[in-house]
Amino acid sequence: MPNMSLKKVPMPEQDSKIRTKNFSEVALGYTEEQAVEEALRCLQCKHKPCVKGCPVNVPIPEFIKEIAAGEFKKAYEIIVRENRLPAICGRVCPQESQCEGNCVRGIKGEPVGIGRLERFAADYYMKNVKNDVKEVEKNGKRVAVVGAGPAGLTCAGELAKMGYEVTIFEALHTPGGVLMYGIPEFRLPKALVEREIENIRKLGVKIETNVLVGRSITIDELFEEGYQAVFIGSGAGLPKFMGIEGENLNGVYAANEFLTRSNLMKAYDFPNSPTPIKVGKNVAVIGGGNVAMDAARTAKRLGAENVYIVYRRSEEEMPARLEEIHHAKEEGIQMKLLTNPVRILGKEGWVTGMECIEMELGEPDASGRRRPVPKAGSEFILPVETVIIAIGQTPNPLIRQTTEGLDTHSWGGIIVKEETMETSKENVYAGGDVVTGAATVILAMGAGKKAAKAIHERLNK
Amino acid sequence: MYRILSKKILNETVQLMEIEAPYIARRCEPGQFVILRVDENGERIPLTIADYDRERKTVTIIYQIVGYSTKKLSQKEAGDTIQDIAGPLGKPSELKKHKRVLGIGGGVGAAPLYPQIKKLSEMGVNVDVILGGRTKEYVILEDKFREICQNVYIATDDGSRGHRGLVTDVLTKLIEEGKEYDEVIAIGPLVMMKAVCAITREYHIPTSVSLNPIMIDGTGMCGGCRVTVGGKIKFACVDGPDFDGHLVDFEECMRRQRMYKEEEHVCLIGLEG
Ligand SMILES: Cc1cc2nc3c(=O)[nH]c(=O)nc-3n(C[C@H](O)[C@H](O)[C@H](O)COP(=O)(O)OP(=O)(O)OC[C@H]3O[C@@H](n4cnc5c(N)ncnc54)[C@H](O)[C@@H]3O)c2cc1C
Ligand SMILES: Cc1cc2nc3c(=O)[nH]c(=O)nc-3n(C[C@H](O)[C@H](O)[C@H](O)COP(=O)(O)OP(=O)(O)OC[C@H]3O[C@@H](n4cnc5c(N)ncnc54)[C@H](O)[C@@H]3O)c2cc1C
Ligand code: SF4
Ligand code: FES
Repeated sequence: MPNMSLKKVPMPEQDSKIRTKNFSEVALGYTEEQAVEEALRCLQCKHKPCVKGCPVNVPIPEFIKEIAAGEFKKAYEIIVRENRLPAICGRVCPQESQCEGNCVRGIKGEPVGIGRLERFAADYYMKNVKNDVKEVEKNGKRVAVVGAGPAGLTCAGELAKMGYEVTIFEALHTPGGVLMYGIPEFRLPKALVEREIENIRKLGVKIETNVLVGRSITIDELFEEGYQAVFIGSGAGLPKFMGIEGENLNGVYAANEFLTRSNLMKAYDFPNSPTPIKVGKNVAVIGGGNVAMDAARTAKRLGAENVYIVYRRSEEEMPARLEEIHHAKEEGIQMKLLTNPVRILGKEGWVTGMECIEMELGEPDASGRRRPVPKAGSEFILPVETVIIAIGQTPNPLIRQTTEGLDTHSWGGIIVKEETMETSKENVYAGGDVVTGAATVILAMGAGKKAAKAIHERLNK
Repeated sequence: MYRILSKKILNETVQLMEIEAPYIARRCEPGQFVILRVDENGERIPLTIADYDRERKTVTIIYQIVGYSTKKLSQKEAGDTIQDIAGPLGKPSELKKHKRVLGIGGGVGAAPLYPQIKKLSEMGVNVDVILGGRTKEYVILEDKFREICQNVYIATDDGSRGHRGLVTDVLTKLIEEGKEYDEVIAIGPLVMMKAVCAITREYHIPTSVSLNPIMIDGTGMCGGCRVTVGGKIKFACVDGPDFDGHLVDFEECMRRQRMYKEEEHVCLIGLEG
């Protein structure tokens, strides 16, 4: 008998008063009983609308059925056929606009907690099952992957499973991309990301850190070294600035710097970790995406008293995940909506405030969203000591500057054929944020998977 | 892990290390730098590639012990390993086949200056250098510069070697004596580079400086190293570190370098030796 409750089984969470004083994970995950109870809400629909909403087409009802039957290991095995990083996706995917957005149960009441169940299966497997990977017979062909983010890791894992010798070249000292340096510990524990990466290493994938492609070695040199195909998954890591007065004052950070210091370099643990970070009592974060939410919640945990999200549209248009906007509010982050910064004010070189102007929504623009327009005379000053800019990122220009024959859009994204992820350069493929601009983990994984398939077909012609 | 092949003490606070780093040694050019982490929980610090040996696959770094990480580094010996070294980073210097160039190295700035001057001399350019230091112990690499330069001038604060005073005094004197330089390359503390630029601007001598803002990744993804050059924002780790000194906003650079003054102090606590 299905469980006909209209609501999801609630997931235990750290209390909002306690959690703003630590960096431990906020959402604690289901117990076995809770998982079974939630799994029983699934109607096992024949037409599986949820699967169509999943960018890598995880067989959702199949794995949920195993959870309902208490076969947690089997559930995990079904998921990883299509998704190599389930513990991560279950935590960070915007399910409301993907699988859960299509769920039949969502028409009346809440959809099935697909993400929570995926997370449960992955966590269960990691905790309880010793994972010994079968040796795959090598086919003697070598592929190089640039960047160890979700796109590169997935592409490498898929190819390794097919017998390719794969080496990932990663610029930073730690693989993981945004999963390590961008998304904070309280949303995605780093030990877990490391374990998922370990699983990919076990497939035989080699990861060379500290290699910046374009400087340490070029794409053309990779072919000279004997690699027969290259996949570029270097992400969109170049921060945008606003071009307003005062942006270079001390106390102004790009979100990338702020989050890298805190996550990758563990500056939150200063002075036990030697990398410092500075937050004032009052912090303004500019932007309305996941990056802005993460920066704001990090600032709060670093001891800021007042943290403002300054966003030029209204809450409805915010691109951040619903769950994270909700968490941010619970943690006391203050939303300054329909507000745009005009300039940053300083004294003796340090930030003292930010002048803002109120906005109102005008006519819809080309993207269909109503365009915010400034309200004349509504300027006001927000007193802050720290400003964090989170208005978006574009691909780093280094690879396109050093690779001849690689076509890119004017904004920097690499141009690919959609069906195969092939670039304009022979045997070079690309996917993830470097192609789409800042998007999602699961789309980056989907692109890595598609490219692996195309590379396999190409090298076997 | 990267092995330290040799280590040399150059003076009380400055040391040299030769480190095995195949990827970096193969492609690096004068003007480029590395980012290293001494040990597993270390911070990332930038250091210029002072020399390299493509055959032995090594790079040489010369560092001044100023805080936590450089102190940690100084506690390593030949045969030990360091956790991470990434590079080569930054743009190679644009070295032009001039007739005559003057290099100016303040303190440990002589180290990043050396590969540029060496390359220029290999290109057949006549080079002079001025080396500065607090006392004669702080003047480094004098012998190595003598091998490749026509003239090596020294300035020390206390007059214990060469001219008593600043490198800028020597610069002014040389220009006033009628020496003609097509370019000046100045590397050292920001105040020194700023002072040099003030002089060369007056005499219309093109001047290249190497900026050393605080860096984290060194690959262009955080913007922490941003500087204003000619009114535009540049990331020193990818657009530099060399820039036209006459266009640099030195005041802003100096201010931004002091951003973590208090925190850097805390970090020294608990470190032995
Ligand atoms: C703060 C933050 C929060 C986010 N939250 C979410 C979320 O909740 N849900 C979600 O789905 N998405 C989220 N995203 C977006 C998501 O993380 C990205 O879309 C995804 O990581 C893109 O994957 P990728 O593999 O294309 O690139 P990345 O994850 O950016 O990885 C690229 C890797 O390539 C390396 N690299 C770059 N250039 C070179 C080079 N020249 N040589 C060698 N290596 C190189 C980089 O160091 C990096 O490790 C968030 C992003 C950020 C920044
Ligand atoms: C591109 C580049 C190349 C460099 N090349 C060399 C080199 O060849 N040899 C060398 O000795 N140093 C070089 N530096 C400076 C070196 O990176 C710093 O001395 C080092 O990061 C200090 O680390 P620390 O933990 O020991 O000191 P900290 O405890 O971090 O700081 C101690 C003191 O150093 C200052 N400081 C911190 N970071 C920097 C910085 N990036 N630049 C200058 N001062 C800083 C602080 O203001 C403080 O007064 C270079 C810097 C850059 C950006
Ligand atoms: S749409 Fe919802 S109820 Fe139907 S199979 Fe998918 S998860 Fe189950
Ligand atoms: S150090 Fe991060 S962009 Fe230069």
